[in-house]
Order: sequence, then structure tokens, then C-alpha cells
Amino acid sequence: MSLLADPRWGEALAHLPDYLGNHVQVSLAALALGLVVSLPLAILTRNRPAPRGMLLAFASIVQTVPGLALLALFYPLLLAAASVALTWFGVSFSAFGFLPAMLALALYSMLPVLRNGITGLNGIDAALIEAAKGVGMTGRQSLLMVELPLALPVMMAGIRTAAVWVIGTATLSTPIGQTSLGNYIFAGLQTQNWVFVLFGCLASALLALAVDQLLGLIENGLRRRSRLRAALGCSGIAALVAATLVPTMGRSSQGYVVGTKTFAEQYVLSALLRDRLQAAGLSATARSSLGSSVIFEALKAGDIDLYVDYSGTLWANQLHRSDIKPRTELLAELKTALARDNITLLGDLGFENAYALVMPRKRAEALGIRTIADLAAHASTMSIAGDYEFFSRPEWAALQKAYGLSFRAQRQMQPDFMYAAAASGEVDVIAGYTSDGLIAKYDLVALDDIRHAIPPYDAILLLAPKRAGDERLQAALRPLLGRIDIATMREANLRASGNDANSSPDAVARWLWEKIKQ
Amino acid sequence: MPSSPMIGYAHVTKSFGSLMALSDVSLDVAEGEFVAIVGGSGSGKTTLLRLANRLIEADGGTITVEGEDVRDVDPVALRRRIGYVFQSGGLFPHLSVADNIGITPRLLGVSAADIAARVDELLELVQLDRAAHRDRLPEALSGGQRQRVGVARALAARPRIVLMDEPFGALDPLTRDALGDDYRSLHRKLGLTTVMITHDMTEALLLADRIAVMRGGQLRAQGTPDELTRSGDAYVLELLRTPRRQADRLNALLPQSGAA
Repeated sequence: MSLLADPRWGEALAHLPDYLGNHVQVSLAALALGLVVSLPLAILTRNRPAPRGMLLAFASIVQTVPGLALLALFYPLLLAAASVALTWFGVSFSAFGFLPAMLALALYSMLPVLRNGITGLNGIDAALIEAAKGVGMTGRQSLLMVELPLALPVMMAGIRTAAVWVIGTATLSTPIGQTSLGNYIFAGLQTQNWVFVLFGCLASALLALAVDQLLGLIENGLRRRSRLRAALGCSGIAALVAATLVPTMGRSSQGYVVGTKTFAEQYVLSALLRDRLQAAGLSATARSSLGSSVIFEALKAGDIDLYVDYSGTLWANQLHRSDIKPRTELLAELKTALARDNITLLGDLGFENAYALVMPRKRAEALGIRTIADLAAHASTMSIAGDYEFFSRPEWAALQKAYGLSFRAQRQMQPDFMYAAAASGEVDVIAGYTSDGLIAKYDLVALDDIRHAIPPYDAILLLAPKRAGDERLQAALRPLLGRIDIATMREANLRASGNDANSSPDAVARWLWEKIKQ
Repeated sequence: MPSSPMIGYAHVTKSFGSLMALSDVSLDVAEGEFVAIVGGSGSGKTTLLRLANRLIEADGGTITVEGEDVRDVDPVALRRRIGYVFQSGGLFPHLSVADNIGITPRLLGVSAADIAARVDELLELVQLDRAAHRDRLPEALSGGQRQRVGVARALAARPRIVLMDEPFGALDPLTRDALGDDYRSLHRKLGLTTVMITHDMTEALLLADRIAVMRGGQLRAQGTPDELTRSGDAYVLELLRTPRRQADRLNALLPQSGAA
């Protein structure tokens, strides 16, 4: 079987201690917090129907928020809280990674715990509660000696549901900077590395299954009043937690953290940066699949040390500029602006990854479309697809304004699927990336932006404020500046979009270095 | 009666919302007495019993236990010194027979060793085999065994008063008869004061020294069986006639030799 012989399984396995350990850590903390909050609430409201109803309604509403959205919401929320804490109390904490993920997951775990807690406590035979009173128990003794033990199996079933939900949803915490088994899935999806996707899915499913079975054993033990089963389940959970956490605890400090956005080029570049730092004798790790707005804030806060961004993106999103300048002027102005936040713009890598409107070459030729201005005449009969952020970015507004573009339909797509969708005619035009190797692969063409509506997008290397004076770091990175031309990056991206052992970001990064080193 | 009663109700009233559960009930239970409160459902008999250990509170009137107004006694302390046998046992399903029986002494802070010894003593008293039943869970017991454990639990903290809420109602006739007799002799042997609720006049006549008849929240009559027959209350007389009528019919149906 070639699938089993694929060396990417080995690569995936090498990441397992890190990803699994972090996954278990954040899930465990979230579940613990969820229990600490929910159980007392269930106990306090057991005889008060009004607050109980409100509480359950709140938990149900939280539950209807999609997991990814809930996690994404906690990031800006904590960011705001962190700035308030810093200005008012002088306390600083990171709004990145563990904390927002843990809080969002804890909130997510509350519904089943609350619902089962309340059901369990209210389901107890009223005659037994009266008997507890009758034999001389105080309210507290009745709760501890009678009500809680009797409600425990039902409560445990709720905890079990919560645990499975949290473990599953924790895979979505990758984009806000929490390492998890989701790292396999996000990275695999972006680089068409199905081995990683499969591995991530299997690992999180097996973890959820194992925890479910062990908690089920405890629940069963409580139900049948079998101490042996409960003890077996407890020691199983303890062993599982220890086995997954111990490998991550022994690790030394991570050194430099290289941030990675959520597309193939970024995985290749962050692997390249990491390799260069390691070659210079610096320890470095990559933090992958971060959301586009999360990553800049993470750099500013020092949660990551360096990453590659694109000049036009920062120009529009961070400087909130809608005017367009020639690339060298824009870079110089950006550098000055970033320096005010103590962020170092070390330099550009040599290529541009701009948004471009892309369509099949043959169709463009048949319709006589060479520029976006030519496209405008046909747009009303065509559909356009873009990545998840394109249609809410200022560039899209600028394009519409400059060319009077109005399409019949617009769709959002996973970036790597856009090119195939355009080639197959599923959509007519896509907002692609100029450095993408798939443009050539599918025989597509990027239309000229003759009115310069889209700003330049030079790939630039950014360093966190705390690395501003780090000479060793900067010396290790300088050999990369201006070395990667667009043709080389396209080829690298094309390689990364393949689905074989040579297409892993690490392998492509090694190929890229061989190609550009002097 | 020269000395104060063990339990005294004086002009007690109690209502639940618009429902009058008890109106102006006065009843004294003397030390060592076995009193049965007889009535149908909704007659107020359960309310009367539960007022004695403050499972519920009276609206008006006075209730005394061993001479003290119950309102002056901490309800938890009061309940710990009064044994209470619940309808169909009221045993805690997650606790073993021994833990159920030992619960009140445990709440009182008695040492584990003393509780264990007391549990063995009580199992013997209610005629349950120590080895076979001590560590069982209530679900593994028969109805009659459960009720014996319920009686043992009520007696664990050596109360002077035992309240029983239809203790033998759900049992089959043979078990019920045996249990009633056994309890009656325990009552005498331990010098208890017992108040038992029942809807069954026959049971009341067979076990109790005195009977109180409740109907619609009022005490219709009280006294020994003999005193009741002279009460003149139509309902009370009807209640008393029923067991005799049944006995007559049974005598007619069963050949006399069959009983021998």
C-alpha cells in the first residue's frame, strides 16, 4: 500500500507529542473550568426555576454559536480585556492561544454539564429528600450525602458529553494560536496534504473515543455502584492525561516562534525561516495556521517572534489606507509606520503575492478579455469566487469602484480549491494570488490591473518588538532578503500543492533553499 | 394525666394555600403509649404527624415534644431525637443496609466502631440476619426486609418517640401482620412512645392502645376502641363497624376447623 508507505505519516507522527499534549492540556483546562463554574450553578439553581431557566437558555444560546465563531470571538474580546488590564491595572496577559481557546471551550462545555446536573438533582425522588430531612440531615448534609451521590451518574453522563464536545471543538482552536490536533487538519487542508488531514481527524477521534469510553466506565461504575469500574475509569483517565502531558512538560523553552498564516506559501516560508534560524544555531519552532488578523496582533504582543506578511495587506488592514503608492514608496512608508509600534520591517523577500482576478486563458482569449476593464463588460453574466476574506477587504471595494465591476454571483472558497473551480468552469473568475503555481498548472491567466486598483503586495519579513535589536536573528535572516523571485516562489507553491511526499512544506522549504542559496 | 404528654397538640391549625389541612386539632400522646391516627387520604393525618418533628410548621396552636414547644427546638436536633419510619422505607438506595441504619448516629458524631456495634444490635432486634443483609443495598431486599431496616434506622439513635407514616401499607398481608406484631413487641420492650398513621382501622385496632380518627382536617374522635364505640360520631362508628362486618363474613365463608 503506497498510502501506508507515505513518509508523511512519519512526519505527522513526529508532531504528535506536541500537538496531542497541547490539545489535551487546553481541553482538560477548559473542561475543568467548565465544571467548576457549571456544577455550583446547577446546585444553586436546583430549587429556583426562574434563574435555572435563564441559565439553561444562556447555555443553549452559546451552544448554537458555531465552535469556530465562538473561538474567533474570544480573541478580540481578550485583546480588549488585555489592553484594559494593562492601562488600568498594569497587568499584562496574552490574548493569544491558550487563554481564548480555553475560555471559549469552557463556555462550550457548560450546557451538557448544567443540563444534566439540573436534571440529575431535580430527578431525585422527593420522598428521599424528605427522608434525608427526617433522619436529621441539614440541607448541606442532604446535598452532600444524598442528592449529589444520587445525581452523580446523570451528572457524569453530562460531563462525558462535554468532554467529547470539547475535544472535538478544540481542533478549531488552531487559528487563534492554540496548538492542537487541528494543526494537522488546517495545515493539511491548506497544502493538500491529505495524510495530515486524515491523521488529525483520526487522532482527535481516537482521543475523544478513548476519553468517552473511560468516562463511560466511571459513569457505569457509579450507576451500578461498582467501585472497581469507577476506579478503573479514573486511573485510565489519569494515565491518558499523564501520557499525553508529560512529553510536553519536559520541553525546554521554545526559542524563536515563527508565525504562519493559513495558506501553502506561508507554510513553506515559515519552514524556510525556521530552518535558517536552526542552521544559525538558534532554536526555533513554527506556530502554524494563524488567522490573518490574529497573526499581526500576536507579533505586536510578542507571542510570535517573526513572520512573513504582504505590504498591501498591512497597508489596508493596519494603516487603513485606501490610496495606492508605487511599491518602494509604500514599503518605505510602511516601515516607518510599523516602527512606531516597534515592529521591525527587516526587508522584502523579492516577490509579490498580490490579489489578481484570474480566469481560464482560453475563455479570456475567446472573449477578448486581457484587462480587468475588459472583464467589466462581461461581469454581469459571470460569477466570481474569492477566499474567505477577499470580499470584505478594501481591495475588493477598490476594484469595484475603479472598474464598475458587478458580478452575477459571488462565492467564498477554500483558496486551494478556487483554481480547480475556475478551470472546470464552476466559477468564471476567481480572486487568486499572483504567486500561486496553480495559475500556470490549470492554464489560467491573471488579468491586468491597468488602473492600479490593487496595491503592491511585496512579501516582507516582520520582527516582533522584543526582537528589534536581535543581531543574531537578523543576521540569520538577511541572506533571504530579495532572494526569492516570483518564478521561484510559484514553482515552490506548485510543488507544495502536490499530494506526495515531496510536497510537504518542509520538503519544499529545503528545495527552495537549495535553489536560492548563493 | 398528671405528667405532661410526650407529644401534645393544642388547637393546631395548618393550611396549604386555600386548602385547610388541619383545623383546631388537640391531641395528647402519653409516655409509652401507642397511638394510631386513622383517616382517608386528605384527612390531615400525615400533616399532623409531620408537624411533630417540624418537617412542616404549624400556622397556629402549640405543639410540644417532651414538654418543650417545638418552635424553641432546633428542627435538625429535634428530628435526630425522634425516630421516623417512612412509607415504603425511604431507604437511601446508594447506601448499604448498615450505612442506612447508622445514618442518624453518624450525623450525631458517634464513632464508627460504636455505630457498627449498634447496627448489629439493631439487625438482631428487627430479626434480620446480620451476615446476609448488613452490606446489601436496599434494592436487593424484599419489601418486608426494607421496612425492617426502616424500623432499625428509626431506632438507631435510641429515640424515645417513633413516628410511623403508613409503615406497613404496601406489604403483603402475611408480612404485614408479622411486622406489626414484631413492632408492637419492640414498642413495649423498649418503652417507646409511638404515633402511627394508617388508613386501615383493623390494623389500628390490632396494634394501638388508643386511636385518633381524622376527617377533613378535623379530629372526629379519640380514645381506646371501647371509648370510640361510645363516641356517637357516625363516621367513626362506620369505620369501626367495617372490620367486624368483614370478620363476620370471613367466619361465614371459612369453616371454623380451617383456622385450627
